[in-house]
Amino acid sequence: MTALSDVSVQEGALSTLRRGLRLSPEFRAGLAGTLLLALVATAGRVVVPIAVQQTIDKGLGATGGPDVGYIRTAVLLCAVAVLITAVSAYAMNVRLYKTSETGLAALRVRAFRHVHDLSMLTQSGERRGALVSRVTGDVDQISQFMQFGGLMIIISVGQLLVASVLMAVYSWPLALMVWLAFVPLALALRWFQRLISTAYTRVRERTGDLLAAVSESVVGASVIRAYGSEERTARRVDETVDATRTAQTRAQGLVALTFPTSELTAAIATAAVVVAGVLLGVDGNLTAGKLVAFLFLVTLFVSPMQTATELLNEAQNAIAGWRRVLGVLDTVPDVADPGEEGTVLPRGPIEVTFEDVGFAYPGGPPVLHGVNVSIQPRSRVAIVGETGSGKTTFAKLLTRLMDPTSGQVRVDGVPLGQVRFSSLRERIVMVPQDGFLFDASLADNIRYGKLDASDEDLLLALTELGLADWLEGLPRGLATPVGQRGESLSAGERQLVALARAYVADPDLLVLDEATSAVDPATEVRIQRALDGVTRGRTAISIAHRLSTAEAADEVIVFDSGRIVQRGPHAELVTEPGVYADLHASWIAQRQI
Amino acid sequence: MPAASTRVSPHILRDGMRVLGVAIRAEPKVFTVSVLGSALYAAMTVATATVLGRVTEEVVLPAFRTGDTTAGALAGAAVAIVGVALFKALGVAARRFYAGLMQYRMQARYRRAVTRQYLRLPLAWHHRHPTGQLLSNANADVEAAWAPLAPLPMAVGVVFMLLIAAVSIVLTDLTVAVVGFLVFPAIALLNVVYQRRLAPVATRAQQLRAEVSEVAHESFEGGLVVKTLGREQAETERFAERADALRDANVAVGRVRGLFDPILEALPNLGVLAVLLIGSVRLEAGAMTAGDLVNVAYLFTLLAWPIRALGWVLAEVPRSVVGWTRVRSVLDATGDLPYGPHSLDGAGRAAELEVRELRFAYESDDESGDESDDGSKRHVLHDVSFAARPGQTIAVVGPTGSGKSTLTSLLVRLVDPADGSVLLDGMDVRDIRQGGVAETAALVPQQTFLFDDTVRGNVVLNLDVPDERVWEALRLAQADGFVAALADGLDTKVGERGATLSGGQRQRLALARALVRRPRLLILDDATSSVDPQVEARILNGLREAQQSEDGPGATVVVVAYRKATISLADEVVYIEHGRVLDRGSHSELLRRSEGYRNLVNAYERAEEEHEALESGDDERQDGEREDSDIKGSDIEGSEEALT
Repeated sequence: MTALSDVSVQEGALSTLRRGLRLSPEFRAGLAGTLLLALVATAGRVVVPIAVQQTIDKGLGATGGPDVGYIRTAVLLCAVAVLITAVSAYAMNVRLYKTSETGLAALRVRAFRHVHDLSMLTQSGERRGALVSRVTGDVDQISQFMQFGGLMIIISVGQLLVASVLMAVYSWPLALMVWLAFVPLALALRWFQRLISTAYTRVRERTGDLLAAVSESVVGASVIRAYGSEERTARRVDETVDATRTAQTRAQGLVALTFPTSELTAAIATAAVVVAGVLLGVDGNLTAGKLVAFLFLVTLFVSPMQTATELLNEAQNAIAGWRRVLGVLDTVPDVADPGEEGTVLPRGPIEVTFEDVGFAYPGGPPVLHGVNVSIQPRSRVAIVGETGSGKTTFAKLLTRLMDPTSGQVRVDGVPLGQVRFSSLRERIVMVPQDGFLFDASLADNIRYGKLDASDEDLLLALTELGLADWLEGLPRGLATPVGQRGESLSAGERQLVALARAYVADPDLLVLDEATSAVDPATEVRIQRALDGVTRGRTAISIAHRLSTAEAADEVIVFDSGRIVQRGPHAELVTEPGVYADLHASWIAQRQI
Repeated sequence: MPAASTRVSPHILRDGMRVLGVAIRAEPKVFTVSVLGSALYAAMTVATATVLGRVTEEVVLPAFRTGDTTAGALAGAAVAIVGVALFKALGVAARRFYAGLMQYRMQARYRRAVTRQYLRLPLAWHHRHPTGQLLSNANADVEAAWAPLAPLPMAVGVVFMLLIAAVSIVLTDLTVAVVGFLVFPAIALLNVVYQRRLAPVATRAQQLRAEVSEVAHESFEGGLVVKTLGREQAETERFAERADALRDANVAVGRVRGLFDPILEALPNLGVLAVLLIGSVRLEAGAMTAGDLVNVAYLFTLLAWPIRALGWVLAEVPRSVVGWTRVRSVLDATGDLPYGPHSLDGAGRAAELEVRELRFAYESDDESGDESDDGSKRHVLHDVSFAARPGQTIAVVGPTGSGKSTLTSLLVRLVDPADGSVLLDGMDVRDIRQGGVAETAALVPQQTFLFDDTVRGNVVLNLDVPDERVWEALRLAQADGFVAALADGLDTKVGERGATLSGGQRQRLALARALVRRPRLLILDDATSSVDPQVEARILNGLREAQQSEDGPGATVVVVAYRKATISLADEVVYIEHGRVLDRGSHSELLRRSEGYRNLVNAYERAEEEHEALESGDDERQDGEREDSDIKGSDIEGSEEALT
């Protein structure tokens, strides 16, 4: 089990960006053109102040009275500039959306695939939710930033620059003053932004608690009713609802404070411009038009500052999300597919050899010690032992859901690590205890084992497994929808579907891990018999609590505390004192009246 | 989400106003304060432009003309500018804060209401509605319903602002006012069109985000199946297909934004330019002053942004109405389980249970369209009858999918039957007051559900019992050992759905949860399927002893089982096939009479016999193979020695 690469602590925002851009070259497609358009679009923002200045100074203030002809020319030129600006902005927007969304879709798919390659997916249910966020919420956050923030940043920064340049051209002392007036605001907003960011993190956490509480009231509906604990659940929901509301209100309060701060700063800057401008003008260093233009230019300063607080939040979230996605991509699959160089196993019964195999989860005690065993082709083997004795670990190593910490597993003499995944998964199929089903029809779920199987193939498989009767009892037969996770079916029925799915996959080695634990004995025996029929000619390994499987197997392998302690046919083992005889005794006791 | 329910009705605006009306009536004070704040903000925005116009006319221009000014005039100008801004700041802060407050209060109010409804509505209603839908009703739909509340006060303020601005401009100059009357409505209207165009594509993107998430959830949850069948590539393609659709939807959103944003940006700018042009002509004619010109031009700049608020509200309206409709459908849902007035009083005594001619059928979700034909009704129980005297143990036996679990949920009245009745101590469960059944009977379901709480919290739930009783129940459920070994014992958090525990451990906690209540009727639905046989044997022994204790049996027990050891606890066996009781009686009677029963419970023995018969014929071939494998399994002797 690998931990996700935890780079989030050390890595700075810039290096995340650099790495992210390197991994997604799509983002850079046509970037130069987009930036050029952005420059034009931003420059257009100062057209109005220029027009105001020109009108007042050169038009109205022209020597010999207002020069309407000049004003008309200036205004028309400015109008053309405004239109060019709009067209450039449109072109820039569309280019940016296209490249960023293309890049993000590719990133999303790449991360999705990578998660499936990581063995932790099959080992730790707890991390699953987090992994889902990597390919959904985290990428959405980047997308949202690109859709809104990405454009705003370009425009806002550009707007500040262009406005500053124009101000400096008109009057550098006034420009300096405006800058000085806005420095405290920038600092204050930066401070607010930190508080707001923390406040929204809190909102998200509270919302997460809220959703968890609501989800309990839905998913746990039957237990809540059976135990009359509605009040208790309602209380918990109320607590999280209130906590969420409090957190939201607090965050909103902080945001609400940033607006008056900006308004007041803008007003102070405007007042300062008027006072200083008039004084400068009296000394002959400034024209009236330029002063009025400054009033318009000051408004251009406010919106970038104001949006900056939101932008910084979004940017931080996006970068953090990106970092997490990169963290997934950085995680090296611990069970790697040898790919093209790997061996392709020819079809036919499989022989399995474990050579001094040991296994321990990282940082955990060994769960399997020095396992040496050879399973002959065409044999039917039962693996038995108490919970925690290493049976399931054995199955996972055999199907290469994980690799041993020491020793070697071979199939047909080839080390398992050298077998191409496509070949491995085709020839060795495991049926896990929890028969997970997809939210689709019964037919789709069984067909998952062999994508080109026809409905007739599926019916045949079910018939061969002795499940035709059961199928007939279903209202819509093969078309029956199984519901989310197959929850419209009972636990036993889900196992039947999972078995049928593996059955149509037609593997050479079938591994059953408690695959019929929730099925009734008669059905189980029927399936067993059917599998025996078809497993002649292939190898079958089953792990079972119910020792009926062991009784029918060619050979029984007994695990205890991570070691193989006994091995042999049932008839022999049951007569020797030992783990198996004990297990068997309690199994028999269960069957006695 | 079914497409039908997102369709926008022609009366959308009226419906939207009605939804907003609900919120305004619920929070009149908060709404009033936010609107007052917004009005103040609006008035002061117009005032800002007026002040600047006046300052230009009376302070700036004279100073530039004469080359002289007074400190008093400058101070006056500065105070006017900053003073107006102070009130404007007050207005904007009040508006933002109270608009948010109103939105969050309404969200909280309806999240509570919806969840209360989830807890109140019967399980049959839950069965008809997918989990995902219910979660989004309480979350996304509540949010969508109240989303217009955030920009609403601003929009109300804008209407006010436009009125003042109109008066202000008309008073300044009628000709210039014409430009205003063209540009402002154009901005407002264009933004309405913009938001209308944006809403469907944004909704589609939202929908696709949910779908992408669903695929990822399902695919990762089924990760083991995907991996063991080598379906990673197929899954990636399935995911990529949705991810690409989301990409296209996002780009479509971008196109709409990319088109309208620059136009909305350009319109007020063109307006200012027009004002400059026309204004200078009027100025030349002496109809207005330069200060007026600055005033109007500045007003255009200031108003360009707030005017869009009208569009923001209107944009949220369709989603709001859809969200509200969905929330309402939960709140208005009937299908109540009406409770009776009676209490059961049998403290300390085992309950008497009678089941009379129960019938039950699952209905699929009515709203899911294509699935609601008659064929989807799955009849699971037909005329099921049996009875248990106080203290008796009844085993319910039947093949997979025969309706056993459904029967157990009818016994504790999680659902009501279509026909027939369940009687506890002679009283129909439908006549028992709320909570009465839960106090009497405890069901341990096949699927364990644990709350994200401590071990103690999960066992006691709403019950007030001392820890000794919790330990006693854990002991009986064979869970005391592993609970004692947990870091914090009873205070250990089990994680969401008990993620930190194994399946067998979860089952044993669920069993303890039932036992700690000392129920008078205990129902076990294959409640030990994930528990080791040895542990299960100990649990069964404990239960048997409790049943045979000197104080007499504390509980009547109904147990769904396949194993003979469990069946052996029973005084009577009810054998079910395809939802019908095929036979009732003692185990030995059923063995004699019922072929289905015999096949089911003796399946292992029969298999064994057949196997042995086969074995003797097969021995020669298999012996050869076995020798072969023995040689390779050379470690076994060693470990066996260590064992003895």
